[in-house]
Amino acid sequence: MSSLIEHPHPKERRIVFENAGKSDYTPDIENYLAHGGYVEARKAFTMTPEAIVNEVKASNLRGRGGAAFPTGVKWGFIRRDDGKPHYLCVNGDESEPGTFKDRYILHRDPHQLLEGMIITCFALNIHLAYIYVRCEYTHAKEIMEKAIQEARDRGFLGKNIFGTGFDLDVYFHEGAGAYICGEETSLLESLEGKRPYPRIKPPYFPAVLGLYMAPTIVNNVETICHVKHILRLGSAEYAAMGTAGDGGTRVLCVSGDVMKPGPYELAVGSVTLGELIFDICGGLRPGRSLKAVIPGGSSSKVLRANEIFKIKAKADDGTIIDKEVPLLDMVMDATSVAAAGSMIGSAGVIVMDDSRNMLWALNNLNQFYAHESCGQCTPCREGVLWMSKLSTRMIAEGTQESDSAALHNIADHIAGRTVCAFGEAASWPTQSFIDKFPEEFGAQVAH
Amino acid sequence: MDQQAYNTIEQSSSLCELSSHPEVLGAVPSQAENIPSALLDKMEEAITHYPVSKRSAALPLLHLWQNHFSFIDESGINWIAEKLELNSIAILELVTFYPWFRQKAPGKTIIRVCRTLSCALAGSYEVHEKFCKSAGIDSTCEGHHEIPTSPDGKFSVEFVECLASCGSAPVCLVNKDLVERVSLQDAEEIIKKNS
Repeated sequence: MSSLIEHPHPKERRIVFENAGKSDYTPDIENYLAHGGYVEARKAFTMTPEAIVNEVKASNLRGRGGAAFPTGVKWGFIRRDDGKPHYLCVNGDESEPGTFKDRYILHRDPHQLLEGMIITCFALNIHLAYIYVRCEYTHAKEIMEKAIQEARDRGFLGKNIFGTGFDLDVYFHEGAGAYICGEETSLLESLEGKRPYPRIKPPYFPAVLGLYMAPTIVNNVETICHVKHILRLGSAEYAAMGTAGDGGTRVLCVSGDVMKPGPYELAVGSVTLGELIFDICGGLRPGRSLKAVIPGGSSSKVLRANEIFKIKAKADDGTIIDKEVPLLDMVMDATSVAAAGSMIGSAGVIVMDDSRNMLWALNNLNQFYAHESCGQCTPCREGVLWMSKLSTRMIAEGTQESDSAALHNIADHIAGRTVCAFGEAASWPTQSFIDKFPEEFGAQVAH
Repeated sequence: MDQQAYNTIEQSSSLCELSSHPEVLGAVPSQAENIPSALLDKMEEAITHYPVSKRSAALPLLHLWQNHFSFIDESGINWIAEKLELNSIAILELVTFYPWFRQKAPGKTIIRVCRTLSCALAGSYEVHEKFCKSAGIDSTCEGHHEIPTSPDGKFSVEFVECLASCGSAPVCLVNKDLVERVSLQDAEEIIKKNS
């Protein structure tokens, strides 16, 4: 928990982390109520559900779990009055290497999540919701279940919540150590008590055929927490904090070779990668220079120091111009990172300095994906294991001339050939590491 | 093959199987014979969280079972399956899929060291090695559902994938507690303290 509290930075704009970041904040309901808790949940019941959905749409909130899908648009897929049961599943599986933000909310500010869930469920006519959290968060169950009980005792959950006649039950559900369960359809299979093999889309879009084949919204923990603040600030003020089409704040999780790693909540698009590393995170270790950055969790494509991206940008007069952007000037929002050929993903920024060997780093990730492939699709099940064996052998016995082409070739034959996005997630590291650092994957002699 | 030879083979193979599974002979009582009422109550309560489908309670029941017995034996798989009105395979396939579940007893203190990139950059391989050495475990032994355990049964040490605390790497879980920024000295002390 330490890295959240130790390094607040003046550039941060803490909204979701406002409470969790205080060293003396306790997760009980009295404390939450003393910090403005459940004000927006009460307010939501004075609004129409449509007005809440419209506020979330206008806020330009995008999903914070990795896909950056506009939350209001996702919610818009649910028809309140279709006569079917609807469900909310909050995704707290948080397993993408480099990502560590939801853990602070789940452990330190559980009521904020519950309040966001209450608003969401009222807006979408949902009466049963689950919070799916990885079991490695060993104390989260106890903390969240205590919070749920406190909210029930106050009449904020259960039957007739806030005396409005609206019923809502919330339960906590633990995963069991599988990365794939962060994929939304896998999460649903897991929640149904089955082997968590992802479902194919179409037809199994959760908003159409989700949990128990009913319309279901799966949102990340951080995303749901933002809903409260959209109601508190109003969608206009919330959207204005961010960039066009990407509103509010988001937590950037920085790890690796920086002096002050940690989670930093920043207005979307308010910092460049250079400011993030050298200003907010205190720069690199003494005497070291930047070599590589993974900008959005291990599945996003690696970027090389001193890379210059040619991107299309809007000039002041509104015309589209070609612009050259060096890596350190890349703005940390979904659009800019995508323009640089990678993705903001779960915003897990992993920084590597010039002391690092890229083959070694890639091998570490290949072993991760080999361990975590669920085994449903042949190209992924066989391919990621093969890549992992190959990169392990390259380290142990030295690289042969054909190795990098072989590695790349395997990755090329996984991406796009699997049921879920794990295939891409597992291929992009290999493809990008080899493309960006070819000299480290050429023929070498073992030493 | 004549009948006598066939019988001999049948007999010897089944004997061999039995001797490697002492619980079948009744030497070790099965877990399902020893369910305390508190555990039973917790399991009954967990099932109520899933009003639409009892099957959804599979993971919660497996967690409760493993938290109590430290691992899940065959009787546990059968018991949970029966409780949820499923075939045993529907539970067994979960136990073998999820890395968290075990079918054999682990050491008294379970140490899970994060292996993935941010922790590896911060020295988690060295930390893992130190834990293994201090606990008397072969660090090259890779376990999935059989977690590497010290001969005295006091420790299990295993590598796990990202524990999502990359900002305070390297990290490990010592039983239920997350330890951040683990140094080699911390590792040694954790082993000493739990010996």
